Amino acid sequence: MGSYIVKRILVSVPLLLIISFLTFVLINLSPLDPAEVVLQAQGVPEITEELLEQTKEELGLDKPFILRYFDWFISSLQLDFGESYINGKPVWSLIGPAFLNTLKLTLISSIAIIFMSILLGVTCALKEGQVIDKSIRGFSFVLTAMPSYWLATIMIWYVSVKLDLLPTSGMVSYSSYILPVIVITISYAGIYFRNIRSSMLNNLNEDYVLYGRASGLPEKKITMHILRNSLQVSISIFGMAIPIILGSTVVIENVFAWPGLGSLSVKAILGRDFPIIQAYVLILAAAFVLFNTISDIINAFMNPKLRNDL
Amino acid sequence: MKNILEVKNLMVWDIVSGKKIIQNSSFDLKAGSCLAIVGESGSGKSVTCRAIMRLNSTSLQQSGDIIFKGENINQLSTKELRKKRGKNLCMILQNGMTAFDPSCVVGVHLRETLAEHFDWSKNEAEVRMKSAMESVMLINPTEIMNKYPHQLSGGMLQRIMIALAIVLEPDIIIADEPTTALDTISQFEVVDQFINLRERIGCSMIFISHDLGVVRKIADEVLVMKDGKIIESGNTEKIFSGAKHEYTKYLVSTRMALSNNFKRIMGEGQ
Repeated sequence: MGSYIVKRILVSVPLLLIISFLTFVLINLSPLDPAEVVLQAQGVPEITEELLEQTKEELGLDKPFILRYFDWFISSLQLDFGESYINGKPVWSLIGPAFLNTLKLTLISSIAIIFMSILLGVTCALKEGQVIDKSIRGFSFVLTAMPSYWLATIMIWYVSVKLDLLPTSGMVSYSSYILPVIVITISYAGIYFRNIRSSMLNNLNEDYVLYGRASGLPEKKITMHILRNSLQVSISIFGMAIPIILGSTVVIENVFAWPGLGSLSVKAILGRDFPIIQAYVLILAAAFVLFNTISDIINAFMNPKLRNDL
Repeated sequence: MKNILEVKNLMVWDIVSGKKIIQNSSFDLKAGSCLAIVGESGSGKSVTCRAIMRLNSTSLQQSGDIIFKGENINQLSTKELRKKRGKNLCMILQNGMTAFDPSCVVGVHLRETLAEHFDWSKNEAEVRMKSAMESVMLINPTEIMNKYPHQLSGGMLQRIMIALAIVLEPDIIIADEPTTALDTISQFEVVDQFINLRERIGCSMIFISHDLGVVRKIADEVLVMKDGKIIESGNTEKIFSGAKHEYTKYLVSTRMALSNNFKRIMGEGQ
């Protein structure tokens, strides 16, 4: 198991290198001249050729492409992503706190999603075809089908405005988390619990369940065995869900005015603030690699057959 | 000989389609004897056996009387039934590879089962299990118990199930095609282990198989099933030498043709 973990981590290193290179290439393929963007942002009235050359030199844009990549990559490893083209502040001082805010929201939502998915999935599988199974599936179908911004708006109107129970927006106290977490959980758990349900139903027909029952094991213990085997598929899905939520909170963050990555990245894209966009893409990609690695390791821990596969 | 199990008018049907899978089956199992159930796939052998332990899926329903030592299994509460499963009625499945939880070492199932039925200390259960495993030619039982099912062979897993049955000392062992998934050499060994098992704990046995060679070797009585009905039953030798029903005759004759052919190729019987 130890050697599997080491190998799995080593595999992710070249992956990160490739991703960082692609990120850099794609951003640099943009037809916009960064020097021009900087000058426009600074409100320079007349942009001359001379001024452009000078700015390029200041930003290090005159160096060869590969050199620029390595400079950027090495400093990125030290969380130095350069300075914002728009306001000249270090990128990390802008993206760091925003990332932390989004991460908090994402992790709390993920815990809620995993908890709800397992709870609903197991309940539905054990009560397959009964009223409770059908009503949970029906109700979740309706909730999942609602766009999250609409659901969020309704909740703000009802819970925060009409009942005046929770803050409408921002990140002021712990109670600020409740509404965004509920909205995110509804849109994801409604999908994931079906996954757990169906893989539990598949496992119910396995021989080991029959043998467990034939050996007189109590249903509780058998359910634990089924759950352990059913969760293996879901762990990979949950592992991917965390970075997906991290990257897709844009809508929720805008509705709830959450000071996170989503709001920051939208601003950066509209303002063509390349260093921030680059850092944003790299951080998200790293998060994907990281959570994928973690879920693979957890899976190998739960499924002994996977340990020899690398 | 006294009957240890009496099945009367057993019916099993699908609640959705209403299709009858077992139609009015009645048979007895004498204490200490081995009853073989033969028939082709889909004839209802497995469903009959699972019905005895009420292990069929919830979409199947059953009626009739299953009298085990004076108690009607069909009327037991789930809790009472669970205590009998494993301890009194022990099942051995066809495919050892899938019978154990693939994510746990095989020892987990053995320990959980023993902890459920006996008040033994961990150590005592371990010692008993190990000696049972050694008696079925599983050397290094400690190592085997710490292996995952996919790291062991089908024959070994089959013998682990037999070893568990030895420790549980049930009144009846129900073996659902225990040799079908094995290669010929393992089959031979496992059949031997079944014969030893009966001699050792003196249990009764229901042995499902479509291998008539194995049946002839192990069974005292034979039940022939076709399309959910018992079409013939009786003493093993009688079935093999003087079957009355056409279908039984057909089964026996195809088997004979096969083994005669085998003997001819091997140069025997000349």
